[in-house]
Amino acid sequence: MSILHRITGVVLAFGAILIAIWLSTVAYNPDLSNQIFEFLSGFLGRLFLFVWTLILFYHLCNGIRHLFWDSGKGFEIRQVYRSGWIAVTCSFVLTVVVWTVGYTACG
Amino acid sequence: MAKIRLPKNSTVNQGKHHALPGPAKRKRVFKIYRWNPEGDSSPKLDSFEIDLDDCGFMVLDALIKIKNEIDSSLTFRRSCREGICGSCAMNIDGTNTLACTKPIEEIRSTVKIYPLPHLPVVKDLVPDLTHFYAQYESIKPWLQQQSVPSASRENLQSIDERQQLDGLYECILCACCSTSCPSYWWNSDRYLGPAILLQAYRWIADSRDEAVGKRLDELQDPFRLYRCHTIMNCTNTCPKHLNPGKAIAEIKKLIALRT
Repeated sequence: MSILHRITGVVLAFGAILIAIWLSTVAYNPDLSNQIFEFLSGFLGRLFLFVWTLILFYHLCNGIRHLFWDSGKGFEIRQVYRSGWIAVTCSFVLTVVVWTVGYTACG
Repeated sequence: MAKIRLPKNSTVNQGKHHALPGPAKRKRVFKIYRWNPEGDSSPKLDSFEIDLDDCGFMVLDALIKIKNEIDSSLTFRRSCREGICGSCAMNIDGTNTLACTKPIEEIRSTVKIYPLPHLPVVKDLVPDLTHFYAQYESIKPWLQQQSVPSASRENLQSIDERQQLDGLYECILCACCSTSCPSYWWNSDRYLGPAILLQAYRWIADSRDEAVGKRLDELQDPFRLYRCHTIMNCTNTCPKHLNPGKAIAEIKKLIALRT
């Protein structure tokens, strides 16, 4: 879980750069920005975004787990395993919730 | 510094097989890492068949039996055979633990035994702990007091102050935790590792010690302390059921909260 936290962190950092590039294309190159938008609306693009949401929520949930550790709580091995599973479950649940809300709101 | 490629003579090859002379009801195979510093040969994995009806209860008993009866060249450290000296720390069935307190019955099939991971091997199951001990010395593991205590009086502690040391003083420095820590594998040149940091906290938490500030100054370093990323392999593997992960978190907390 620890190494996944680091990997997702790196992926998200690169992702932030990609988003920044995409946003700047909106201003500088509307054609390219439309093409990117079309790719993201397609099946592959949506799959990509879905995985991205999952990565984001995993990093968020596990980050909250780290905050508890930083305050000195949850260090018994049983608690460590339990909080780990809670973080994994929550990241999946939150991803599904966000996508369900997204689909019902926007179709 | 870590290297991407291993030296040529570090592939673990199949070694000798020592079969039991007769039939046995409870036969168990032990696969043991062997490496001899003499010559350039690669390490081998020798296998030994043992009759559990004719062997002691713990993994160390089997190792001693092998050394006595099958192959006297098998090299490993052992001393107290009751989990208090930390000499027989090794990687058994994929987990760092003490051979003397690990029951053979807890392992379902073949018993695989390797030296502690990521340390230079001296021979067979004996790792080189020189660097580990040097790191231990670097935290000044002794009582430091400015005020000289009177010779006629003991260094008193309240019951509560003494309790702060429970779960810390029991550490036997077997190095199981440090060698299970990926951060220590990668950065052991500068990161102190869980065992040494638990020991550091043992002195920080001691009410009689008067050098807490200096100790924290020493530890406040991106590598020495903060290579700990709460992976928790240390606590998971500790054969004494201590919690180095928590001890490290307490040090981080003290540094964060001090003004």
